[in-house]
Amino acid sequence: MRYALGKLVQLVVVLVIVTFLTFMLINLLPGGPEAAILGFGADDESIAQLQEDLSLNDPIPIRYARWLGDAVTGDLGQSYVNGSTVSELLGARLPVTLALMTYAMFLALLVAVPFGIATAWKADTRFDKITGTVSFALLSVPNFIMATLLVYLFAINQDWFPATVKEGDENLYTLFLPALSLALGQIAVFLRLLRTDMIATLQEDYIGVAKAKGMTNRRILFRHAFRPSSFSLLTVAGITIGNLIGGTVIIEQIFGINGIGKLIVFSIFQRDYLVVQGVVVVIAAGFVIINFAVDLLYALLDPRIRHARAIA
Amino acid sequence: MARKKVVLTSPTAAGDKLDGPLLEVEDLRTHFLTPAGTVRAVDGVSFTLARGETLGIVGESGSGKTVLSRSIMGLLPSRNVVRQGAIRYQGHSISDYSQEQMRSVWGTEMGMIFQDPMTSLNPVMKIGNQITESLRYHLDMDKGEARDTAIALLTSVGIPEPAQRFGEYPHQLSGGMRQRVMIAVSLACGPRLLFADEPTTALDVTVQAQILDLLHQQQRERHMAIILVTHDLGVVAGRTDHIAVMYAGKVVEKAPTSVLFSEMRMPYTEALLNSIPRLEDSSHTRLKIIGGRPPDLINPPTGCNFSPRCPYAQPRCFTDEPPLRPADTAGHEFACWYPVGTPEGTKALEDNVAAGVPAAVLATGGEPALADQGASA
Repeated sequence: MRYALGKLVQLVVVLVIVTFLTFMLINLLPGGPEAAILGFGADDESIAQLQEDLSLNDPIPIRYARWLGDAVTGDLGQSYVNGSTVSELLGARLPVTLALMTYAMFLALLVAVPFGIATAWKADTRFDKITGTVSFALLSVPNFIMATLLVYLFAINQDWFPATVKEGDENLYTLFLPALSLALGQIAVFLRLLRTDMIATLQEDYIGVAKAKGMTNRRILFRHAFRPSSFSLLTVAGITIGNLIGGTVIIEQIFGINGIGKLIVFSIFQRDYLVVQGVVVVIAAGFVIINFAVDLLYALLDPRIRHARAIA
Repeated sequence: MARKKVVLTSPTAAGDKLDGPLLEVEDLRTHFLTPAGTVRAVDGVSFTLARGETLGIVGESGSGKTVLSRSIMGLLPSRNVVRQGAIRYQGHSISDYSQEQMRSVWGTEMGMIFQDPMTSLNPVMKIGNQITESLRYHLDMDKGEARDTAIALLTSVGIPEPAQRFGEYPHQLSGGMRQRVMIAVSLACGPRLLFADEPTTALDVTVQAQILDLLHQQQRERHMAIILVTHDLGVVAGRTDHIAVMYAGKVVEKAPTSVLFSEMRMPYTEALLNSIPRLEDSSHTRLKIIGGRPPDLINPPTGCNFSPRCPYAQPRCFTDEPPLRPADTAGHEFACWYPVGTPEGTKALEDNVAAGVPAAVLATGGEPALADQGASA
């Protein structure tokens, strides 16, 4: 209970810090939403009127406080540009991005876990070395280059997948190339991490005991060694989700996916302050919540942590 | 508690010879190929073990006793390990078995208890599941049957509240309890041969005797053979039928237990025995250590491996390696040119004391007269 409460406090603190910094930063950028709303060449009078209407002339901390007050009641404000509420925009765009991230994560783990286990089992063999080299090559290619390459190979050269994703047509098939572009870079990290921990675990006495009990290699690897070896993988996978959010910003641009990545970029260019704030809130909250979930998963994976927490 | 009578013996495979010895090891050599050279961890060990008997394998750390037991069981990795010699289990040459074939031996025919109960149980698996998984895999028990059997096993190894312990994790138990669980794990499928590798070394002295008694009791109930590996002659004294003393990968003396203690011939055995502190000694008695350290197994000394540390060593010992030869009593063999308790041996020791050989002076209780060269390195 105390543990969950601590996490909640952490969430609030993170949200306040992140939104305040974002608010400061975007307001310090030159220019404002006037051009986007009124169009270029608007006269000074209507600009002044607009600034008055949107309270853009108030000091930044006051405007932040006002925004925060509204946000606490669940009102994230309205887009200056198209008039929809920020909540509506997020509601429409967030599921796409979440789907993309989850898909990417799933693909990365789908490849990394079996290969991580296999390379640990066959450590220092040719198979291990080739896998290591290939995964590092994938890691060192930036995801936007990977995306372009994948589009060229599998959308243009071979007509297997669509090069862009139409709004409302997001599914496992159309999102495959975007998700793969995000996933490929993560595979190396996950794979090597799991491999290292697995190699250490396979030296443990209890693995020798399992072998002496006559358990099959498959059972030893998956039932005995995988779980105790997955802690670092879990931690890094949690943090990686944060990186994936950054990755989606670029990937969504390349594939024309209408997710929050594309939304935040567009809104920054338009100085659509409240939309940017809304997206940042969601990303920051997501980050904290995911790490909270990772913490809970530790306890699920390791009974020792579970009991230590129960006592504390 | 247990609703069912537990089946404790494994089905006997067709063609097993029930009259011959359970285990025959012939000239077993296990060498590790390392960048520094070949480590001869086990270097030509032979012995036989009858059904239901206990063989104690005694030696210092690094004498190869742990490698020997793992090598017999085929648990060492195959890379950079060379294993030669013959191992026959119930007449089957298991040294030629593949890993796949060994899997039918592991658990059901041979079991192993590891030294450290703190690390030999899987920390993230419930105790019960660590027992039931082999029951279900080897003996095809269903879930309920395996559970009942596991609880019966936990009861028989002296775990209080076994039904509750079944669902607990290893970290919730003390070291002694964990070793009891470990014994239950390795006995689950009723092996005929149990390797106990220093089963009490990591435990409190008060718990050690309990665990050894438990092993002995289980052995009698199951008519199981045990190979008890230890560095402590005191542990094996009352609990084994035969003892093999290992030094530098070789058996240097083996005998029925009572014979070994009454007629020991090998100076190393004597030194091991003397190194046990005695209750009747007055307090502040200097501990009789064995000076020096075990030899480098990559470049073992020429002649007898023990010669650099031996109080009896004569020039011949440094050049010719003594073979394992039979003593007067049947079943007693030793490898020494100047055996303890023989006229040659006594003379060799006296000569060495007179000459002030440090190892001899140390062994006879005096202070080393010369610089401690080799004796307390």
